[in-house]
Amino acid sequence: MSAATGNSPVHGMLTRAAQALLAPVLAVAIAMVVGDLLILTYGESPGTVYRLLIEGTWGNVYGFGQVLYKTMTLTCTGLAFAYAARAGLFNVGAEGQLAAGGFAAALAGLWMPQAMPAVLAVVLCTAAAMSAGAITGAVPGVLRARFGASEVIVTIMLNFIVLALLNYAVASHLAVPETLHTEVINAGFVARLGAAIPAFAGSAANFTIIASMLAAVFAWWAMFRTRGGYELRAVGLQPDAAEYGGVNVPRTWLCAMVWSGAFAGLGGINFVLGYKHYYEEGFAAGSGFLGIAVALVGRNHPLGIIVAALLFATLSQGGLAVNALVPKQLVDILQAVVILAVATSVPEVQRLLRRSAAALVRSDRSEATP
Amino acid sequence: MHQVSKSFGAVQANRDVNFEVAAGEIHALVGENGAGKSTLMHILSGLHAPSSGRVEVSGRDVTGWDTTRAIDAGVGMVHQHFMLVPTLTVAENLVLGREPVRGLRLDVSRAEADVRALAERTGLRVDPTRTVAELSVGEAQRVEILKVLYRGAKILVLDEPTAVLSPPEVNELWTVLRGLREKGDTIIIITHKLDEVVAISDTITVMRDGRSVARLATADTTPRDIARAMVGRDVALTFDSVPSARELLAASLTSAAALSVRALTVLGDRGMRVVENLSFDVQPGEIFGIAGVEGNGQTELLEVLAGLRRAQSGAVHLGARDVTALDVRTRADAGLSHIPEDRHRRGLVLDYSIADNLLLGQQHHFSGRTGLDRERIARHAESQVRAFDIRPPNPSLAARTLSGGNQQKVVIAREMGRAFSMLLAAQPTRGVDVGAIEFIHAQLRDARDAGKGVLLVSADLAEVLALSDRIAVMYQGRFVCVLPARECSAERLGPFMTGAERELAS
Amino acid sequence: MILLAFLLQTIRIAVPYLLAAAGGVMSERVGVIALGLEGMMLAGAFGAVLGSYYTGSAWIGLLCAMSAGMLVASILALCTLRFRADQVVVGIALNLLVIGATRFFLRLAFDSASNSPRVDGFGGDGGGLGILASFSNPLVLVGLAALPVLGWVLWHTPFGLRARAVGEKPEAAATLGVPVRALQLRGLLLCGVLASLGGAYLALDQHQFTDSMTAGRGFIALAAVIFGRWMPMRVAAACLLFAAAETLQIQLQGAQLVPSQFVELIPYVLTIVALAGVVGKSTPPAALGKVE
Repeated sequence: MSAATGNSPVHGMLTRAAQALLAPVLAVAIAMVVGDLLILTYGESPGTVYRLLIEGTWGNVYGFGQVLYKTMTLTCTGLAFAYAARAGLFNVGAEGQLAAGGFAAALAGLWMPQAMPAVLAVVLCTAAAMSAGAITGAVPGVLRARFGASEVIVTIMLNFIVLALLNYAVASHLAVPETLHTEVINAGFVARLGAAIPAFAGSAANFTIIASMLAAVFAWWAMFRTRGGYELRAVGLQPDAAEYGGVNVPRTWLCAMVWSGAFAGLGGINFVLGYKHYYEEGFAAGSGFLGIAVALVGRNHPLGIIVAALLFATLSQGGLAVNALVPKQLVDILQAVVILAVATSVPEVQRLLRRSAAALVRSDRSEATP
Repeated sequence: MHQVSKSFGAVQANRDVNFEVAAGEIHALVGENGAGKSTLMHILSGLHAPSSGRVEVSGRDVTGWDTTRAIDAGVGMVHQHFMLVPTLTVAENLVLGREPVRGLRLDVSRAEADVRALAERTGLRVDPTRTVAELSVGEAQRVEILKVLYRGAKILVLDEPTAVLSPPEVNELWTVLRGLREKGDTIIIITHKLDEVVAISDTITVMRDGRSVARLATADTTPRDIARAMVGRDVALTFDSVPSARELLAASLTSAAALSVRALTVLGDRGMRVVENLSFDVQPGEIFGIAGVEGNGQTELLEVLAGLRRAQSGAVHLGARDVTALDVRTRADAGLSHIPEDRHRRGLVLDYSIADNLLLGQQHHFSGRTGLDRERIARHAESQVRAFDIRPPNPSLAARTLSGGNQQKVVIAREMGRAFSMLLAAQPTRGVDVGAIEFIHAQLRDARDAGKGVLLVSADLAEVLALSDRIAVMYQGRFVCVLPARECSAERLGPFMTGAERELAS
Repeated sequence: MILLAFLLQTIRIAVPYLLAAAGGVMSERVGVIALGLEGMMLAGAFGAVLGSYYTGSAWIGLLCAMSAGMLVASILALCTLRFRADQVVVGIALNLLVIGATRFFLRLAFDSASNSPRVDGFGGDGGGLGILASFSNPLVLVGLAALPVLGWVLWHTPFGLRARAVGEKPEAAATLGVPVRALQLRGLLLCGVLASLGGAYLALDQHQFTDSMTAGRGFIALAAVIFGRWMPMRVAAACLLFAAAETLQIQLQGAQLVPSQFVELIPYVLTIVALAGVVGKSTPPAALGKVE
């Protein structure tokens, strides 16, 4: 018995670590194998391609800057998916929420006078982005909480609706003629990293990445250190138990979707405030969907999400780096394979661990009661 | 079945069970909840494979067969929870898996004709063209039995078939079963109701704690013998509860009841009235026990009292305060504690740590300035784990990893380790080991002696008898009798539990 | 005459929806969420072009399309049925996978990032027949027949009865010896075939494969499945309704009564409205999305 109690905390930690890491590592390994095969079909050597991929991303400051730029958006959409997922909801709508956030930031920046103090302008634009994302997220939240409508389908359908409405607004009223983007905003500029560290010059990386890191810290605190987070996770794990514990489950769903949307909306300032300084049709370019992958690989934990966002950003940027040897679409396939492999191995790994834990408990008991 | 054992993870459901049924008899398999009856029959019908042991049907070794082969060999099980597809018609449900065809087509008219003929032959009348969702519970059960017969079952296993039936429906079922026996079929009926055993069976096997403990011929036995075999434990549970000093005191005082319920009517999930115009009080310093077969409205009653379900009409007072319209949290803050009947679904968040589970429902009292006050939570957890002897004593372990008894101790610690005036305790010792049962019973008695009101709901009649000061029997949403515990016994309450007798409810 | 032209064009637009939606009904009726329709369609389109380009036969193109659709369906089945992965995640990932894979193999096979060379379809060159040319395409008839036939299969054959039982209450079907997993696998493969034919129709109609050419049609088909409440004939009506709206938009292009973007939104908005239960209660198969 004493042996059992002495072992349990260690065993518990090991189990948790294994649970968190085993599946993503396995998934990346599977993706590598698939990648090797595809590279071979193209008649190239996997070693060469992977070396080029690393050199083009982490091998020089510009490439790394591009990785950081993509990391910002992916962190936000990853947090968006994770925050809803912790409440047991599938927010597939980050794509639309992200676009709405970018659009709102651009609108705010366009309406503001040029004389607006920079800090205030950035804060207002960011608030606009998060609010727009939150409102877009609230729609499926309300429909789920009030009518029990599947948030999966609603968010998917809403992506099409939001993107079409934004495209209409831009195309018919706001676009610079012959382009798909708005005028450059008057205020709300965020500096590029290159302005402070010359080595980054030319890369799109900008200081909005700080906002995404702050968002990750905030999300961690909100999920794991507050009463709201305690209730959020309880709803996600066992809604009946949460209800028994006095939690208003539908309201928690709505809150989760609102925050989820706000995180996704925040991602919009990366492009609009930090990079191009205007809203352009299609700037989200799949980052919303990739957020699902980021959250899955990051196991819905903010720290994991930052790491996973770096991974997926590296893959995206790496695709461009290797495009001379193999089509950059290789990377799209690898990203999808990672999602499939994580989604498939997580339940499998959990079952395995649970089974071994049960075996352990059994052996503990039989020792304790001979 | 010889020396059959079965374990699920760390739980051993059957240990070296021997079970033998003669052809052409009605055999009752009795035992308390969790005695392993259903598991044993799932092994017989091919739903589970035994961990060890041997199963023979008609002299043939069939150990570890699957449902398909069991059905082919004429063994069919009628499950406690209906295994019917609600959107399909009766005929479609019956023929599913062995459909009559004409060419490529499903021959619906022949299916319906077959069902009609079978229904006529067995006396299990039901319209084959109706959708199962429209059927009453009794009719649905008839469909279940027909389904098994349609597949040519010669050995019928019925798992708690009367749990959901009204008395006339029960009598009808008995007639049908006797008719089947006349035709040479073998019937195994799982139950824990003694009157049923006596009424219908030829032979009885009693199970306790996963073992087969007795095999009796019904004709040579009395309900008392069966009850003794069912309940007899290594640890003696006191049947004659010592009347507390408080009980007499509370009766003489005109103090407010800890809980009072007035004219409460509750609708169930299917929109039917499951609690009908119920009124009762629970006094401070009293354990008020509700006995009865499960599914007679106890679950819904407790949900309403706890604030998890809305009452259709009526009022609930906690002390002097009307809590009818209040939510779960406000009721908890007003002094209501609740041990829910299903700790895996409601009582615990299984993936949360012990410490976090000790917080559930109390989380709003643990807010610090920047989120939850983790230090206070940890201190609280340490002291509760010690006070309630939760093992292993490590608050950071996930509740999922604990044994059933220790999981329940976490729930008890949370609900009884704080200030409360009224406790709702539903099935407090279900699936819990013997040591923990004693502990939990002691806790409930201590709460009573400390002047709290306790409402105990349990499907285990022995438990209700052992703990309660007053006992009500609930049947079809009403109390059919309310008696002081001293005047109660299993023999006296049995007829009320099955609805055979009624007394005017208070 | 205008009416006839309208009708013909509506049908022509509806065919891929009808085929994919039939696949969607099949998949969801056995309990698997049909989020991978888009990917199955796109794989079918690519397979059709690949097959007919290398063999010169549209028929072999169809065979290749169906194989591609079944391949995608098999991955879905492997992940969700065998390994019990989440159906939503796998469905979305499959769409991404097929988009990436078709782009990759487009480069590999035709060395182009955007489109394949021209291939022969069923309609020949069309030569002046215009809209009517589409109707020499056998897939039009298959498309029109798909949902009614599926309805008949689901309600009048043993397979259909079992499929409905599995999607509604798999544990009940299992106790009766119905092989639940095998049945779901068959349902998914059939879904893959039907959806891929929808994609093949698009590709052969346009005589080439272009990048992401299905352009959300899989999701419109899914919308039709939900809006049609999983009942084949209603789903067919939903497909035709969505196609008619598109046709109207095309024909009114000059008029600009409403911005064309708004017309495109009709299927999505109607689906959300249907899900919110504003027009009657919408009950999906009870076991949809749950594989245990």
